[in-house]
Amino acid sequence: MPDDLNWAIGGEAGDGIDSTGKIFAQALSRAGRHVFTSKDFASRIRGGYTAYKVRTSVDRVESVVDRLDILIALTERTVEENMDELHDDSVIIYDGERTMMKDFEAPGEMTGLDVPLKRLAEEAGGAIVRNIVALGAACEVADFPIENLDESLEKRFGDKGSAIVDTNKQAARLGQDYVADEYGLDTGYELETTDSDYVLLNGDEAIGMGAIAAGCRFYSGYPITPATDVMEYLTGRIDQYGGKVVQAEDELSAINMALGAARAGARSMTATSGPGIDLMTETFGLIAQTETPLVICDVMRSGPSTGMPTKQEQGDLNMTLYGGHGEIPRFVVAPTTVAECFHKTIEAFNLAEKYQTPVYLVSDLAMAVTEQTYEPEQFDMDAVEIERGRVVDEDGIEEWTNEKGQFTPHAATDDGVSPRTFPGVEGGAHMTTGLEHDGLGRRTEDEQVRVEQVDKRNRKVETAREREDWSPREFGDPDSDNLVISWGSNEGAMLEALDFLEEEGVDVRFLSCPYIFPRENLAEDIREADEVIVVECNATGQWADVLEHDALERVKRINKYTGVRFKADELAERVKEELAGEPAEVEAE
Amino acid sequence: MSSDIRFTDFKSDAQPTWCPGCGDFGTMNGMMKALANTGNDPDNTFVVAGIGCSGKIGTYMHSYALHGVHGRALPVGTGVKMANPNLEVMVAGGDGDGYSIGAGHFVHAVRRNVDMTYIVMDNRIYGLTKGQFSPTSREDFETSTSPEGTKQQPVNPLALALSAGGTFIAQSFSSDSQRHTEIVQQAIEHDGFGFVNVYSPCVTFNDVDTYDYFRDTIVDLDETDHDPTDYDDAKEKILDADKEYQGVIYQDESSVGFEEREGLSESMADIPDGAPEDAMDLVREFY
Repeated sequence: MPDDLNWAIGGEAGDGIDSTGKIFAQALSRAGRHVFTSKDFASRIRGGYTAYKVRTSVDRVESVVDRLDILIALTERTVEENMDELHDDSVIIYDGERTMMKDFEAPGEMTGLDVPLKRLAEEAGGAIVRNIVALGAACEVADFPIENLDESLEKRFGDKGSAIVDTNKQAARLGQDYVADEYGLDTGYELETTDSDYVLLNGDEAIGMGAIAAGCRFYSGYPITPATDVMEYLTGRIDQYGGKVVQAEDELSAINMALGAARAGARSMTATSGPGIDLMTETFGLIAQTETPLVICDVMRSGPSTGMPTKQEQGDLNMTLYGGHGEIPRFVVAPTTVAECFHKTIEAFNLAEKYQTPVYLVSDLAMAVTEQTYEPEQFDMDAVEIERGRVVDEDGIEEWTNEKGQFTPHAATDDGVSPRTFPGVEGGAHMTTGLEHDGLGRRTEDEQVRVEQVDKRNRKVETAREREDWSPREFGDPDSDNLVISWGSNEGAMLEALDFLEEEGVDVRFLSCPYIFPRENLAEDIREADEVIVVECNATGQWADVLEHDALERVKRINKYTGVRFKADELAERVKEELAGEPAEVEAE
Repeated sequence: MSSDIRFTDFKSDAQPTWCPGCGDFGTMNGMMKALANTGNDPDNTFVVAGIGCSGKIGTYMHSYALHGVHGRALPVGTGVKMANPNLEVMVAGGDGDGYSIGAGHFVHAVRRNVDMTYIVMDNRIYGLTKGQFSPTSREDFETSTSPEGTKQQPVNPLALALSAGGTFIAQSFSSDSQRHTEIVQQAIEHDGFGFVNVYSPCVTFNDVDTYDYFRDTIVDLDETDHDPTDYDDAKEKILDADKEYQGVIYQDESSVGFEEREGLSESMADIPDGAPEDAMDLVREFY
């Protein structure tokens, strides 16, 4: 038996797939097991097939793999969709009394468990708890103590009253008993529990939590997959700290509201996905030109245009790096794990205010929908430091006023950072414009002032290069001649791929880059390695292009643009092929 | 706020580049007087403007101000007011800025009813791009981009505001300094979105909607038996295409600003040096 178990529930959209999966994932997490979840949608666009997958182990799990051990199939299509991941030892739980499943037979050597889910659910108190019966059955198959489900059920249904909770608990037990009595099978699984208390959250939630921790008070956004969870997380919660979420009429409004709040002194943020970033780009330039601190979060999905809204891609790198007319100083930060979504959000707010610059916080669909377990200490609130940069109050304003007593909000300083006052501060009244301006903030076309202001704004980036740490996260064998580089959410899959590769005697040094701009110059690392492979979820290799530009050296590329994230074993195989000089074609799922 | 504030305190020392005789001078002077008369001071006032001749206003006034991108001043004003409800927020725009590119934001700002004042300098022409027709230009108006006359109907901004649930809808004429100032003052004092469409003639490109035209045709609602709290009365005036009215056309006196309904009263600028004290509760939610 492998150390980890891969479990899934699949059916039609509306079958309660997500909530059932979440209940199971939380039960595992509370029982001290690590969990990594993924939401799976068909790569063929038809019908409403949806699945929630849970990978669990006592050790940390950082990615998905190409294997499915227990599948609750509410429809026959669920089995078809997952055929590639099913294997001879897989167990499929289904309801043979359901008309559409009555002729179902488990393929090959697989074990099919026909459990009358609906009938048992009705026995427990209502057909609606059908999925919970299936969960109970799955617990029996996996030898996972069913009591662990109880707390999850209480959390999920507690506000509907104890009768509902009891019905669910009963349903789970009926499912468990049915499998024990009718099949009495010993699959050999044993889902060991530990005393650890993990928290389970996804990337969007981690970004929202990071924002509150960082003192964000204003959020405006427009709903868009897969960024909406950030807004939903903040709604209600941010109010407890004196903040507010405003659902705007469109992305143009959202970013302009966020800009207004930032000018009024609030730590402010908006989040969207690629199509929304397109709309926001006009104001992105204004934010940089007016030197307004703002965090703009891009949770990427497949593009271009509306592309595949529920699919993974890292296709927006160039847009965040180069988007907008003219030349725009900016920071682009791309967290590499769910936990880093929290830490990098806090960092993004500090960068924005210290340098009075827009910050792109770039995440992606895979990270947004992945729930992963962490020790709560990973989110150490005591360690959060808030740096607001050069904010000037009544007492400090004189230092920044000219001989006529006018405040100079765009003074050209040595480090490029100007004084900033919040409205309400006496003597600080000033105009800010997207037009080129002088130190007072007034429009100018004076050649010398233009050059002075452009240089000043660009100098902020140079100052930040010197003052901050932009290094990548390093893993694997530091002395290896094989160098793999990735950015954003590929870190987990690559970390596990390192284990697979090590087993096969392949050593790799791995650099995972959270900073797109500014970034550490990897030219020396690239030149010193024999083989350099850049891994990313896009077709053209945008990060590889950037690194080639920096190092003036060609690099190899592993690209995936099927709409599905890298799986650890798949990635290991492709790294091996690249190192052996046999690049594989991109395979459709 | 200080009581000895004069309207000249809201004036910057920048020299306006508006054409001599432009209606925007009068519009701006009225805004400054209204701000002073209502007890505001420059350090607690935030003026937002978009693009066009109207967009220059922030430069000529002295206050906290932002000159943004075309048509998006209202969302900026919304963000400012939400983040610090103690500020007096004035948003200024033109007919192109507000009713063309910004028309969507206008409708939503009206329905949201944030407590700010929106002044539209309506000259029924695009001035800064040198004389193309605007959303409020009359049908058959001949301009450089409509040599045979526009084939588009003008928008009725007052009707848009009323249908979106506007709680304060007014119109003024920039050269009638006293009435314009009074009307803006009432808009500032209104608890909610105070919208004033200001006839602000363009002396360079519009030879139809001139000072003389407005002087001759305008009807002051104070000289009629108009009741601004009467919705039907207001609707009738707004849909009357044959007349140009001046005054408060509609006011819902029970209006409460969005930021107040959202429970906001303090500035969001003050935050602690670290995470909130109870922030670990946010983590524990994920057990």
